Amino acid sequence: MNFLRNFGIAIDALLANKLRSGLTMLGIIIGVASVVALLSIGNGVQQSINSQITSIGTNLVTVVPGQVRITAGPPSSQGIRAPTQTRPLTDADADAIRARVPNLLGVAPELTVNNVTVAYQRERILITARGVTVDYNRVRNLEVAQGRWFEAAEDERASRVAILGSEAADALFGGLNPIGQTIRVGNAPFTVIGVTQPVGVGFAGNPDTSVFVPLQTAYRTISNARTASGARRVSVIFISALSSEDIARVERDVTEVMRQQHGIREGVEDDFTVLTQQQFLSIAGSITGILTLFLGAIAGISLLVGGIGIMNIMLVSVTERTMEIGLRKAVGAKKRTILTQFLVETITLSLIGGTFGILFGVGIALLVGATGIITTTVTLDSIILAVSFSLAVGLFFGIYPANRAASLQPIEAVRYE
Amino acid sequence: MGELITSYPTTSPEPQRDDPPIIEAKDLTKVYKMGETEVHALRGVSLRIWKGEMVSVIGQSGSGKSTLLAILGALDVPTSGSYKLDGREVASLNDDQLAEIRNQRIGFVFQKFNLLARSTALANVALPLAYAGLSSREANRRATEMLKLVGLGDRLDHRPNQLSGGQQQRVAIARALVNQPSIILADEPTGNLDSATGKEIMGLFQKLHRERGITLIVVTHDPNIAAQSERIIRLKDGLIEYAEEVQTA
Ligand SMILES: Nc1ncnc2c1ncn2[C@@H]1O[C@H](COP(=O)(O)OP(=O)(O)OP(=O)(O)O)[C@@H](O)[C@H]1O
Ligand SMILES: [Mg+2]
Repeated sequence: MNFLRNFGIAIDALLANKLRSGLTMLGIIIGVASVVALLSIGNGVQQSINSQITSIGTNLVTVVPGQVRITAGPPSSQGIRAPTQTRPLTDADADAIRARVPNLLGVAPELTVNNVTVAYQRERILITARGVTVDYNRVRNLEVAQGRWFEAAEDERASRVAILGSEAADALFGGLNPIGQTIRVGNAPFTVIGVTQPVGVGFAGNPDTSVFVPLQTAYRTISNARTASGARRVSVIFISALSSEDIARVERDVTEVMRQQHGIREGVEDDFTVLTQQQFLSIAGSITGILTLFLGAIAGISLLVGGIGIMNIMLVSVTERTMEIGLRKAVGAKKRTILTQFLVETITLSLIGGTFGILFGVGIALLVGATGIITTTVTLDSIILAVSFSLAVGLFFGIYPANRAASLQPIEAVRYE
Repeated sequence: MGELITSYPTTSPEPQRDDPPIIEAKDLTKVYKMGETEVHALRGVSLRIWKGEMVSVIGQSGSGKSTLLAILGALDVPTSGSYKLDGREVASLNDDQLAEIRNQRIGFVFQKFNLLARSTALANVALPLAYAGLSSREANRRATEMLKLVGLGDRLDHRPNQLSGGQQQRVAIARALVNQPSIILADEPTGNLDSATGKEIMGLFQKLHRERGITLIVVTHDPNIAAQSERIIRLKDGLIEYAEEVQTA
């Protein structure tokens, strides 16, 4: 008995019972489609959060004032705790890091001033002004979409130049070209020299709704930000390590320099916090991990429902199929031939059902993605998982009773009730 | 049938032949276990049948006729006893050998027809040919021919539930004959047929028996059919009550 003839017998059997075949296939389609779609949402969310975190800047080490704790524990303790005790960071701290920590890509202090009125002609918006150094765009991975970034000399001279975030530029200028135009930041006039590439919500403020000006200019025009001792305050210091392997070393060195700068004695707690990107990734990972787990659980339930559907149909037809098997054996089918027939039937159903399931699942994922609310990423894993699960259910509930029936004496199978 | 019983002798005549019997059963028993109770369907049946014989098996309902026939057809195994087909102990055959016997050597007509409910008459009759390895075209051609022979040439595409009882029985007969087996075991093949159709079917069996030397074992309640055979075996409560040679006129 050649395989092709056997295949033909299986297809004949499938076609002879279209309802049973169709319902089995439906179970597979539901299971596969829901797993593929749901896991694509979970993966999409995870990926977009991760990419936002990496977009903060490569190999970023951040110094913020006070004690900030980031934990990835249970939801109640998760997130960023409010600073406990504050001693401001100064531009001298940034200079000290720059001078005494070797092998850095850059050190970029930022003076953050919230709710600054920025105006162009009659257009007025309330956004965040960021006084930054020339290294800032490199350290924070900020691309200039239009115009240019400012130069070191412009910072030293406290030039009145400004770079707008993409949304801020849109809000002020609509479709017009902002480069070369004069805007007011607070009370001072500035010339727009650049617009940054859109980033989306990021860590430590959204660059898109910001205006960047040279740090020295910010001190003169927006906020003079002197501490009690007369030093110039900065809100945060961003430091970029050369590689991710180097981050731990940089974190250690920066902590050491900062403790010296702030004159903190042995055994006394830091009055600042050094954060690394790894910490954010691990928090985000634990949050999205929970989400993916949750979606995975729903998908698992759908698979189970689909599986039970397949199982039901297989079990309901056990009597009929047992009689069929007995009959086939009585007219000369070998046990092997019968099992091959059932194998071919199951695989055919799983392949056709699986293909439709994947198509539906991908379709749902694309639809959800097209709404723009959530990004979706269909992964091969989820497809393989779903299809192999359906195949396993089909094989188990199809082949197992078939094998049992084929092991009976033909007359017993024929009389099976 | 009461009158038949009294008119038969109780000895067990066998044809005096030198060639070995093709069917040789010794002390066959069959016990069905149903929970606590046991049903002794066969309680020690011995018989020998030679090539080309036509034998009727008669007996009351529940006497073990179908049970015996299933064992002779290699569709079931006895609880004890020995059954040799063509000199080979059937219990010792493997799955492949049994499949070949069921496919090539024996044509079996079930008492309840046992057709594939969802397949057409044609597909049902072509099934043994598919397992014999014939191409589906050749199988369909032969099956069509066979169905024509049993008078169902115009019912090829009907499913069993679209056929009358007698028509279903004829499909079952066509299926048993289609692979040209040399032994036919038929469990009340005319039970659902009117006497004219029944005669026709028996005529077909007779013809195959005479012209091709087919061995025929028929379970029947019909004394007329029993009278057409060469030997009658009567079962009672799982035992052979007697066997008788029918005198040909
Ligand atoms: N699968 C089974 N399980 C339990 N008992 C069975 C089974 N098959 C048959 N029997 C019993 O075995 C005995 C013989 O049954 P069998 O079918 O051989 O009778 P029969 O002579 O063919 O009867 P009929 O003329 O009514 O067809 C009966 O008493 C029946 O109840
Ligand atoms: Mg019977």
